[in-house]
Amino acid sequence: MNILVCLSQVPDTTTKISFTADNKELNKAGVQFIINPYDELALTKALELNEGGGGGTVVVVHVGGADAEPVLRKALAIGADQAVRINAVPMDARQVAGEIAHYVRSASFDLVLAGRESIDYNGGLVGGMLAEYLDWPLVNVATAIEGGAGGSMVVCRDMDGGREKLEVNLPAVITCQKELTEPRIPNMRGIMAARTKPLQVLSPQGVAADMQLLEHALPPSRQACKFFEIHQMDELVEALHQQAKVL
Amino acid sequence: MKILVYAEQQDGHLKKSAVEAVSFAKQSFESLGNINITVLLGGQVNQQAAADLGKYGANSVWMPAQSTLNAFEVHLHSAAIQQALVETEAEVLVMAHTYCGKSLAPRLSVAWDAALAAGVNGPPECAADGSWKVQRTVYSNKGIATYSVWGARRILTFTPNALKPSDGASPCAVTAWNVSLDSVSARTRNLELQKVQGKIPLTEAERVISGGRGLKGPEHWHLIEDLAEACDAATACSKPVSDMHWRSHDEHVGQTGITIKPDLYIAVGISGAIQHLAGVSSSKTIVAINTDQDAPFFKVADYGVVGDAFEVLPQLTQAIRRLRKG
Ligand SMILES: Cc1cc2nc3c(=O)[nH]c(=O)nc-3n(C[C@H](O)[C@H](O)[C@H](O)COP(=O)(O)OP(=O)(O)OC[C@H]3O[C@@H](n4cnc5c(N)ncnc54)[C@H](O)[C@@H]3O)c2cc1C
Ligand SMILES: Nc1ncnc2c1ncn2[C@@H]1O[C@H](COP(=O)(O)O)[C@@H](O)[C@H]1O
Repeated sequence: MNILVCLSQVPDTTTKISFTADNKELNKAGVQFIINPYDELALTKALELNEGGGGGTVVVVHVGGADAEPVLRKALAIGADQAVRINAVPMDARQVAGEIAHYVRSASFDLVLAGRESIDYNGGLVGGMLAEYLDWPLVNVATAIEGGAGGSMVVCRDMDGGREKLEVNLPAVITCQKELTEPRIPNMRGIMAARTKPLQVLSPQGVAADMQLLEHALPPSRQACKFFEIHQMDELVEALHQQAKVL
Repeated sequence: MKILVYAEQQDGHLKKSAVEAVSFAKQSFESLGNINITVLLGGQVNQQAAADLGKYGANSVWMPAQSTLNAFEVHLHSAAIQQALVETEAEVLVMAHTYCGKSLAPRLSVAWDAALAAGVNGPPECAADGSWKVQRTVYSNKGIATYSVWGARRILTFTPNALKPSDGASPCAVTAWNVSLDSVSARTRNLELQKVQGKIPLTEAERVISGGRGLKGPEHWHLIEDLAEACDAATACSKPVSDMHWRSHDEHVGQTGITIKPDLYIAVGISGAIQHLAGVSSSKTIVAINTDQDAPFFKVADYGVVGDAFEVLPQLTQAIRRLRKG
């Protein structure tokens, strides 16, 4: 199968978040950027699906500036055949999905995988929007993906209060959740090979954004913790009942 | 202003998020005056429960006349909502940022050509020029971003538990609504459904009791479950606990798990790693129980107990039972 994996780059999960003086942007000093963890799973799953039979190419796509190229190289080192960067400043999900949709229409993919959400903006929107732009079916939050050879896939997905197993015809958009697989770490051979794999830069279509980010803030700081001894459980329960009003 | 609210149901019962969605629409826009809220039910439910949505602000409720929508299928539901948007001439669509909402809203945003403010923390601030200011958490609860949203059509999805529903109005009329989806077909085929039986869904829960590696093994989870039962709470766990299969993966909260926002979160034997906190730190009240007085969780907790979970939990459960009895 020809599979496209949408990659976003995000601050490492241990990053202590702070913002620039005008609160418009993340303070990037000292921040390590990584492949969004769900996109890393999507990439590994794409490679596994093709290794399992059939073959095909795996392309990764990112909408963003040149600063994302190390992350794209890493994806090539993990095993993607080709990387594409659409050279636009990502503003919101509709713009990102619109740009990716345009690229998908110009190529021939059987399957598009995206992450369940990006761990920076936590929208969980790009996959669904992309499916609608392409008029393809969508399976959101997949925990298992199988098949593909007969033109359809069997997917398990999380839903409110349970889990569903369903079948979907290709081409389709599927968004990836943990449990799908374990992320792969690039090996030396992969890192060497990545240097010569194609990383194509495309001009954006200029899809407009709907939202404008005004400012960031840190979450309100919490009051100091009030401690209770083990023989004071009635007092703790009383505090939860009377002060916090949560019991 | 005409507003369409999509209200979720499961197995013929309105979900908690249905009432929240109606309340959210009312509380967000009532200051604008002259609003009209139509509720589209995502399937057939009890007539009385449907009419009661009027108490929270619905002007009318549309109940599908056919059973087509009773099981959730994103493409069918998206088409039905589009039909209702046309018929109501709504400018705003409101729904919950649940699994269903997260599948529907992005599709609808493109199909209906509407701006999408997804997963907002509270009602938008409506500016004089007609734009909205909305807030949502970003960087996995480590930041809050304020956006301005404009456009002739808008979709608003809110995080569950974002506000307390307030009733006070009276029940409203329920209309049987003809779903005309002849030209639309489901694009996924359900093969199997596994429902978590008899448990409070984690994302809807007002109280959550969560266990970490400090509990030492799955055989000790009755301590967590007893406490959860005593205060009608859902149960959750840290990532290593689900990785080791002590608990099922759908209980894992944090940056790579579920994000929750209950009124009360009790963390037992969980260190408070930054990735764990990312999923729980917007809980209203946090209690941490840990043997280590320097555990990072105490830095974000409102209340703490330094002690052995195996001793603290039975005592705390007893104390809650005493409160509830008395
Ligand atoms: C990319 C990435 C993503 C991650 N995502 C998540 C995530 O989504 N969710 C998540 O939870 N983690 C996540 N983690 C893991 C996270 O960093 C921590 O390793 C994890 O949260 C630790 O789990 P824990 O607190 O249960 O275990 P530990 O760190 O082992 O802590 C156990 C705690 O129990 C206490 N304890 C021991 N015995 C007792 C007792 N008898 N009574 C009371 N307390 C006791 C100890 O003092 C300690 O504080 C992620 C890590 C990475 C790298
Ligand atoms: N700038 C981007 N370029 C490519 N893919 C992206 C980008 N942003 C988000 N995605 C994809 O969309 C998924 C969901 O992102 P979001 O809607 O931002 O939560 C991510 O996991 C990625 O797969």
